[in-house]
Amino acid sequence: MRGNAELHDLIAPGNLTAVLDLLAAEPGKWTPIAGGTELMVAFSAGRLNAPRLVSLWGIRDLRFIERREDSIAIGAGTTFLDLRKNAAIASELRLLARAASWIGSVANQSRATLGGNLVNGSPAADSSPALLAYDAEVEMISLRGRRRTLYAEFHTGYKRNVLAPDELLYAIHVPLRFARYRQYLRKVGTRRAMAIAKVALGATAMLEEEVVREIRLGAASLAPYPVRLRRTEAALIGRKPSRETADAAREVLLAEVKPIDDIRSTEPYRRRVAANLLEEFLLGLQREGRGA
Amino acid sequence: MSTHATTRVVGAPVPRKEGVDKLLGRACYVDDLQREGMWYGATVRSNIPRGIIRSIAFDRKVDWNEFVVVTAADVPGENHIHLIIADQPCLADGKVNHREEPIVLIAHPDRNKAREAVSAVKIEYDPLPPIFTIEESERQDQVVWGADNLLKSFLLEKGDVDSAWAHAAHIVEGEYRTGAQEHLYIENNGMIAEYSAEKGVTVWGSLQCPYYVFKSLRSVFDLPEDKVRVIQTETGGAFGGKEDYPSNLACHAALLAMKSGHPVKMVYDRMEDLAATTKRHPARVRHRTALDSDGKLLAIDIDLATNGGAYATLSSTVLSRATLHSTGPYSCPNVRVRSRAWATNMVPFGAFRGFGAPQTIFAMERHMDEIAAAIGLDPVELRRRNFLHDGDTTATEQVMREPVILDRLMDRALEESDYYAKRQRFAAENRVSAVKRGMGVAAFYHGSGFTGSGEVVLNSLAGVDVTPDGRVRVLVSNTEFGQGTNTILTQVAAEALGIDYARVEMAPPDTGQVPNSGPTVASRTSMVVGRLVERASVQLVSLLRAQAGLGASYTTEEFFAACECYRQAKGEVLSTCRYEAPPGIKWDDQKYHGEAYPAFAWAVYVAQVAVDTVTYSAEVEEFWAVQEVGRVLHPVLAAGQIEGGIAQGVGYALYEKVVWQDGSMANNQMTNYIMPTAEDVPPIHVFFEEIPFRHGAFGAKGIGELPHDGPAPAILNAIRDATGVAFNSIPLLPEDLFAGLAASQPIEEPITL
Amino acid sequence: MSVLWPAVRFTVNGEVREVHAPPMKRLLDVLREELKLTGAKEGCGEGECGSCSVRMNGELVNSCLIPVLQAEGAEIQTVEGLAANGKLHPIQEAFLQCGGAQCGICTPGMLMATAQLLAANPHPNLAEIREGLAGNLCRCTGFIRIFESVVVAATRDSASATDEGAHDAR
Repeated sequence: MRGNAELHDLIAPGNLTAVLDLLAAEPGKWTPIAGGTELMVAFSAGRLNAPRLVSLWGIRDLRFIERREDSIAIGAGTTFLDLRKNAAIASELRLLARAASWIGSVANQSRATLGGNLVNGSPAADSSPALLAYDAEVEMISLRGRRRTLYAEFHTGYKRNVLAPDELLYAIHVPLRFARYRQYLRKVGTRRAMAIAKVALGATAMLEEEVVREIRLGAASLAPYPVRLRRTEAALIGRKPSRETADAAREVLLAEVKPIDDIRSTEPYRRRVAANLLEEFLLGLQREGRGA
Repeated sequence: MSTHATTRVVGAPVPRKEGVDKLLGRACYVDDLQREGMWYGATVRSNIPRGIIRSIAFDRKVDWNEFVVVTAADVPGENHIHLIIADQPCLADGKVNHREEPIVLIAHPDRNKAREAVSAVKIEYDPLPPIFTIEESERQDQVVWGADNLLKSFLLEKGDVDSAWAHAAHIVEGEYRTGAQEHLYIENNGMIAEYSAEKGVTVWGSLQCPYYVFKSLRSVFDLPEDKVRVIQTETGGAFGGKEDYPSNLACHAALLAMKSGHPVKMVYDRMEDLAATTKRHPARVRHRTALDSDGKLLAIDIDLATNGGAYATLSSTVLSRATLHSTGPYSCPNVRVRSRAWATNMVPFGAFRGFGAPQTIFAMERHMDEIAAAIGLDPVELRRRNFLHDGDTTATEQVMREPVILDRLMDRALEESDYYAKRQRFAAENRVSAVKRGMGVAAFYHGSGFTGSGEVVLNSLAGVDVTPDGRVRVLVSNTEFGQGTNTILTQVAAEALGIDYARVEMAPPDTGQVPNSGPTVASRTSMVVGRLVERASVQLVSLLRAQAGLGASYTTEEFFAACECYRQAKGEVLSTCRYEAPPGIKWDDQKYHGEAYPAFAWAVYVAQVAVDTVTYSAEVEEFWAVQEVGRVLHPVLAAGQIEGGIAQGVGYALYEKVVWQDGSMANNQMTNYIMPTAEDVPPIHVFFEEIPFRHGAFGAKGIGELPHDGPAPAILNAIRDATGVAFNSIPLLPEDLFAGLAASQPIEEPITL
Repeated sequence: MSVLWPAVRFTVNGEVREVHAPPMKRLLDVLREELKLTGAKEGCGEGECGSCSVRMNGELVNSCLIPVLQAEGAEIQTVEGLAANGKLHPIQEAFLQCGGAQCGICTPGMLMATAQLLAANPHPNLAEIREGLAGNLCRCTGFIRIFESVVVAATRDSASATDEGAHDAR
């Protein structure tokens, strides 16, 4: 354990307005900490470069799951356990429910928050592929007001995002219309539990008369941040899922993704497995289309 | 001394002796303990793998007056850790031979300050070219140890290997590699040390072998026996990883205690423990095998090389056991094993459950399947045709005088696993499935106790005594670290004394209170030490009958009454015994010939493995383990040992990879060193056949290491069965499976889901 | 020295406690040092091994990842709070009977995870047991006897700790 608690200041104003006041008054000086499942790991390793932290834990305004007319709004402070226990998410956003069950272990899920997962911005973030495939929006808040952007445009580089220094991630809005689309989500890790994704792919697709009308592919660990595979998607619009389509899409994906060698896996493996996952999804569509 | 057919305590699932404390969270591990006025120690380690230390400077931003600093110059006695060869410095002196080598020790009353000061010690080096691989060491481009990098070598010969090739119907070659493996005990290494002129050095800590630590402390501090005391604290897992390293850590903590005048605690965090302490020796095993037209072994020719790291530590004994297990449970008239342990600039490798046998058993059992494939014989049939039987000789020409029941173990393993039916079913299903399944077998033995004359050299002393308040204490220096030492030995004593299990306890594992009954390693505790405890107990009963009026049969209370009677006359109630070798143990250390082990445990393991061709992940779906370990002293503990060892073997095969950088572990965090979780372990079915061994406690043989020998080859044999591709190197990660499958099969393989 | 730090108040094993500690001090360290409850262990400091697991506000958490300030007002159960009335809890009794503890270092956390699992799901199947314990690493047992312990514990009445023949918590 290499962290020194005496070298950090941590305060808990306890409500959203007070936190926003603080961020507005001293932008960039205070690091928000929610469940701590990322920041406290860095702290223990002696790598937490955050002398002042402001706790978001327990702020009710950030922890909610609301079913609205055509979307579900999820507060950034919602834990993965909250997500798993929610009936609407289980039935209508099942990829997100599944992703929530992948996060660490039960003990991590009770503390890790959806907002923290996105703001931490790991390219391997467990919730990202599902949110990308669902075309989610993120809502950011500051004293200056609120704004939204597509989650797909939230990350701008490795661990960089569009949050301004006085902004907090407030909520994630997930459209419900994908509930009736074909859906797919698979994570490939080092073992069945407590595993960081080597590759993960989330997909939603809508077919009409066996032809792909819409498709969204969200990928983890294939780029410096979680991304939509737009070129691969484009190659599939208007196509009928088949072996030939899958082969052609595979080539586009292989050219589009930018995995790396790192301590957990290799670039050739990630590349190949990503292509395999896509193929698994597409051939599954083909089979479902035949009513098999 | 007979091995009793019916016993009261031995063989029963009595509660773990220290179980209640562990379940209450009351067991005291070293980091749970404090001493008055205790300081905290930290270690400054080298960040290059090889070089001359040019300067050591202390950054003035730290007020060093608050600290105590220790270097090699402060060592009162010999600056070496005493294992087999005293080549490893306690603290580096003028040069370093591996990354993470300890150079400077720091202590401070504040734990944070001690740790933070480490980066304020600036060491400059003149680097020298390092070597990291067996091949680099063999080539001797750089000589980093001794005259030629060779830590140890053996040559084991039987018959005349070179005459066999010309007559062979088949000759099969193969090369097999095993990687390093980390113990990953959940409790990191830790010690607390105190020093005073009157009492000398006292240490408390997480360790396996109090008298090993004792020996090094005596030498480093140049102190007589009565001025060194080593006490084991409750130890949270060891697996061999706390056989030698604790000596280093104890000396470090004690040096700081001596210089500071305060007790000093040094407990590693996970990152330091992973980077700086020992791991299993990596190995390269080359086989060349001659067989006749019936698939019977004519000659086994093995070239075995291990990577020992920068210092000898236990490399010679690991190499020895690796050599003696390398030819498998098979009968072969001509054998040659050339073994070498090579020095490199890696963090020194050390003991780990199996101690060389997992490496060479992996190679032999994989090779048997390759032979089977090459000559067109079923892998089970190939083994059956070559199994050792009663009266056969091993590679060292040890005659199998105890029953060898490999055929029965194989029969049972195949039946329980439904091996043939599954292979047939999987072969059909694999043609149309993205998940390929296979079955794999491994047959093996593990020698119990120290090799050859090792037990005679250890000359263990153990016994029992009785306290005035009516408790029997088992007097041994053997330690509990989860495997059940406390329970087994108190069971044995209770049984042999004829009293209640609840009235027997372990004397504290404290060199000030217990004799040296040898280290807790080599699967010797039940068989060898248990036997000493049994004999000492029987001896005590005889004495009480002869001199204190104890009757032919008696109650527990009558026993203790007799003890008090005995105490009146003799002043104490104590019975000890020394090791006596079983008759006929003849071992030639030069020729590596004769009775290598007094007893062998035998096993056949079967793995069912699924390989997912979408993700290239291999998972063990189910596992069957059939073994003969003599008498099973405690059914729950024994099964627990097998299951735990298998889980580690599964990790060794499929998950646990040490990623190296400059010869030290780069993935030194639990998030990046992958052991199987509760969701990854397969269902494990354990079966025992019992053939009591008359020279072991109540018929017991060794059990602790056996289960780590079998899983890796069984699993990789199953993968070969599943995929048709031979994988000869572990750990076998999905990335490696991908590379192997892609290399041998067309890229565009249609998946039918 | 500790008087300089603000107070944090929470309930541990039914008892209200107040500590003065830096707000970023890990709950694990506060339990072990300030409160002398050394049952929870540090195995990794990364939230990977679960040997620091405790129950907080009815949920399982890794106490090595919680700054003590965030435990303000919480209800915490540690392994020391399982046994009651001088007797082992049925879960502890089951682990003793089935060999669920070997070296014991993972055991406090494993017991907490089991207590959490059975509170939410009194009769879990094997898959649910595996998932419930996936965050608690055991290097000794291979988990098999731990699964058995959980099954046995689930068949007993976990509401009371007054089983006949239950071991003394001394």
